Amino acid sequence: MAFIPHTSDDITAMLQVIGVQSIANLFDEIPSELLVGPLALPAALSEMEVGRLMADRAACDGRYLNFIGAGAYEHYIPAAVWAIATRGEFYSAYTPYQAEASQGTLQVIYEYQSMLCALTGMEVSNASLYDGASALAEACLMAVRANRASESRRVLMPRTVNPTYIKVSHAIAGNQGITFESVDFDRTEGRTLLQSLHRYQGEDFTAIVLQQPNFFGNLEEVDELTDWAHQNNILVIAVVNPISLALLSAPNLWGLSGVAKRGADIVCGEGQPLGVPLASGGPYFGFMATRMQYVRQMPGRVVGRTVDTDGRAGFSLTLQAREQHIRRSKATSNICTNQGLNVTAATIYMSLMGAQGIERVAVASMRNTDNLVAALTSIKGVRPAFAGHKFHEAVLLLDRPVAPVLAKLAGRGILGGLDLAEHYPELGNALLACATEVKTNNDIETYANALADVLSQRS
Amino acid sequence: MNDIPADLHYTTKHEWLRRLPNGQVEIGISDYAQNALGDLVFVEVPEIGRRLRAGEACAVVESVKAASDVYSPISGTVVAGNAELASHPELVNLEPYTAGWLMRMEIDAPEPTLLDADAYAKHLAIQVR
Amino acid sequence: MSELPVHPGLELREALIFSLSRPGRAASTLFPLHADAVQITEQVLAQIPMHLRRRIAPVLPEVSELQTVRHFTRLSQMNFSIDTQVYPLGSCTMKYNPKACNTYAMLPEFMARHPLGPETQGFMSCMFELQEMLKEITGMRGVSLTPMAGAQGEFAGVAMIRAYHRSRGDLSRIEILVPQAAHGTNPATASMCGCSVKEIECDANGDVDLGALQAAVGPNTAGIMLTNPSTLGVFERKIVQVARIVHEAGGLLYYDGANLNAILGKVRPGDMGFDVVHMNLHKTFATPHGGGGPGSGAVGVGARLLPFLPIPLVGCEGSRYRWMSERDLPHSIGRLSGFMGNAGVNLRAYIYMRMLGRDGMVRVAEFATLNANYMMKRLTAAGFEAAYPNRRASHEFIISLRRENSLFQITAMDVAKRLLDYGFHAPTTYFPLLVPECLLIEPTETETKQDLDRFCDAMIAIREEMQQAPEKLLTAPHTMPVRRLDDVRAARELDLAWKPVG
Repeated sequence: MAFIPHTSDDITAMLQVIGVQSIANLFDEIPSELLVGPLALPAALSEMEVGRLMADRAACDGRYLNFIGAGAYEHYIPAAVWAIATRGEFYSAYTPYQAEASQGTLQVIYEYQSMLCALTGMEVSNASLYDGASALAEACLMAVRANRASESRRVLMPRTVNPTYIKVSHAIAGNQGITFESVDFDRTEGRTLLQSLHRYQGEDFTAIVLQQPNFFGNLEEVDELTDWAHQNNILVIAVVNPISLALLSAPNLWGLSGVAKRGADIVCGEGQPLGVPLASGGPYFGFMATRMQYVRQMPGRVVGRTVDTDGRAGFSLTLQAREQHIRRSKATSNICTNQGLNVTAATIYMSLMGAQGIERVAVASMRNTDNLVAALTSIKGVRPAFAGHKFHEAVLLLDRPVAPVLAKLAGRGILGGLDLAEHYPELGNALLACATEVKTNNDIETYANALADVLSQRS
Repeated sequence: MNDIPADLHYTTKHEWLRRLPNGQVEIGISDYAQNALGDLVFVEVPEIGRRLRAGEACAVVESVKAASDVYSPISGTVVAGNAELASHPELVNLEPYTAGWLMRMEIDAPEPTLLDADAYAKHLAIQVR
Repeated sequence: MSELPVHPGLELREALIFSLSRPGRAASTLFPLHADAVQITEQVLAQIPMHLRRRIAPVLPEVSELQTVRHFTRLSQMNFSIDTQVYPLGSCTMKYNPKACNTYAMLPEFMARHPLGPETQGFMSCMFELQEMLKEITGMRGVSLTPMAGAQGEFAGVAMIRAYHRSRGDLSRIEILVPQAAHGTNPATASMCGCSVKEIECDANGDVDLGALQAAVGPNTAGIMLTNPSTLGVFERKIVQVARIVHEAGGLLYYDGANLNAILGKVRPGDMGFDVVHMNLHKTFATPHGGGGPGSGAVGVGARLLPFLPIPLVGCEGSRYRWMSERDLPHSIGRLSGFMGNAGVNLRAYIYMRMLGRDGMVRVAEFATLNANYMMKRLTAAGFEAAYPNRRASHEFIISLRRENSLFQITAMDVAKRLLDYGFHAPTTYFPLLVPECLLIEPTETETKQDLDRFCDAMIAIREEMQQAPEKLLTAPHTMPVRRLDDVRAARELDLAWKPVG
């Protein structure tokens, strides 16, 4: 019997102790009309059979030379990361409610929180949220709790924020009466201009979301945007790529030299680039960090360092009174389980790579994307969409609709990027492409040659 | 045994209210309430100038095992919050009726009927049973 | 003088990784850009305007690969886990997580698959078949795999109930009923969906009080959230009547799948009258808990809620699988994740379900129930008090220590901590809140009779200690890396991140 260890002697002895004839008797409190017959499910497979099945399915998916980013980035993952993260002691443990028997997981989370604070420059981090998109939704809800000067529950949402994050924020935060004001971007530079905010001057907004680098891969002028927000009593929610933080200014310093002398208030984002595989979109993890003054408005679990009865240092979950199992309908969020194992992987990744390693990954990714853009824009019918500064992703304009081109490239084993037609029809035939550190010059040449070939055919 | 000073007024939700000589009132939580919550780790008091209706949630007291709202016993305006509690929440445990006060208010509507010490003691007796 | 922490023998203590760090040390074989790194870095940095550049590098550890491997391996050894201990944590279903599920979900093609790439049919077929199997198991008409945990599944469920009422112009239905014993996520979810919460009492036998329910429903009722078997470890016998009362009042029924393991293949939520259900794939379908996630909280719905399912779903046209999105489901409550939820967790659940097969599903419920009833009998025979002694246990049961508490001043917490010394993870304590000094014990079907006996023997030995040597309980645990922790200090003097000195 699959995963059931009982021998027939065990079963007999156990039924005897319980005082029933058969296992069926144990279900005699269930109204009999509710019991179902055999379900229409496939018969059991052995491990060998299921292994073959999955190998066949995997082969059917194949491997592509991938140039898609758009929120999920293909970085090299050191072998040690998942070799350790999948150890049974991490993999098969529960949330660390029994602190004394969970010091391993708790210390990992404390170290993770410390590293996240170091990367973002913020004072406190939680133990993770589900993913980057839902982390932004939670950040919007948190901003409503934290910004007591605002009563509007309105959030300024630039269109340069990942469009799926915007949809998820609507789906999750919309039920609590939070509304979003869309802010358009500059067509030349592909970023949010300060002038586009002036029309909101003096209005009541709870928060503004600033994504750096933005969805197009371009750099926003975060300092002046942050300063404007704070002058208008608007909290700043930063959405950042953790790898980019090796090169780009930490959100706690955004706008700090401006009039309001204040950095971002809530920082969140997708943790996937820190050692988590692409894996069809999940499980990833969302991160969130903030100022100490808002710690009680922050959702999710938090680990603190304390002492035991012998005065020895140890770790435990803290600030639990904010959470659903105590505060119930008044909790900061209903979140309980988050993405612990992915956080474990990310903590190992950050330890192995250190600041220097992450900086190298960021630099190599930027360099490869530069090379990619240069190679592709040298092809007739391809030009860059924007003039601004960028990180490791870029928008290119083709001389014809993108989808058929991508399909042809896929036929040659190349994923050429993301077609932006659905999210940004006004950009025309726009393609979002990315080359991280894992790409070689040869890979880039392969893509460029294939694209040149495809575009040389009549569309 | 719960300490219930005779000179204060109480609510069924375990707030107490003291009339001050200047006409303002001082508000806190009862000995019973602090004891039920356990060691407090955080207290949030309302900002000065905030207008409250009777029964409105206005402060939060948090222990490791519970977080509870405190409701204003009266309608009025907050004129002071106990700033000491930010760094010393345990004052509410140690001296709930004196150093552990939460806020002071200016009353702007006639006071609703509150419990006197005897009535509050009876209320507790019923609740504990 | 040695600056590094010393680890004598197998004593389990481990310094913070930051204290192992030394300037200039690095696992450099893991870095890209060996040749010309300095030059390329300069060139690349020059493209970033000065004011947008990071000025001070983040303080992350500078350690070798071996130091990292050793540090985290040692930390792993400071955990209890299913792979190392019996873990009878009530309502969490800590069953064996088969290794094959992990191995085959991590095949290189699955790992490398970009979520925005083509609709490759290997992965898509697994997800479609998973949807179909979950529909059959729950008796529902449609399933979405996108919620990333039980709490997000709950959110999706209540959001769909709200969307349903709204679509009918029935705007006053914003009240969600939950039984007193409900998990804390239920009321928290209702609030997140903008609903108010009304609690319904249970009767002395653990069933919902029908009178109280009848009095509570009305034109404002959006729905009721129920777990069945309930969090009290017993089957809600009047479920058909409950469904009728709520439906007649115009509300819908939400099934919290936390306890689905107890009835897998035996009873289907759809047949009980539920309109929407969430499943915790990390409980019933053996995906790992990972020290606190990732989970997966798939939702299933009956006909009325089909248009509102969260997207994306996997559809099947002819023999081709494809994503169904906003265009296919214009009334969907929308997207809850950046892509399609915790795909890798769903894949593990799929593999597990294929290994269980039709007959294996039913056996899960049967043997989980057998194990729980056996333990309840053994423990009550030894003098422990069951919270509902006249009821069958479901896959879990509650022991109340209120007698021991008044006789020996021993709490459920003390027993939980002492169990750690005996090498068992503690059951769930102080939940449900209704039962004083309670232990909620869920052995799951994957434990042997011999291990259940060892656990019962430990409980009986601890009962002896309550009388003979209560200090052993009061000061437990004695064999863990730390003793009991000062939670009050943790919350008063918040230390949530290591900071470099100076």
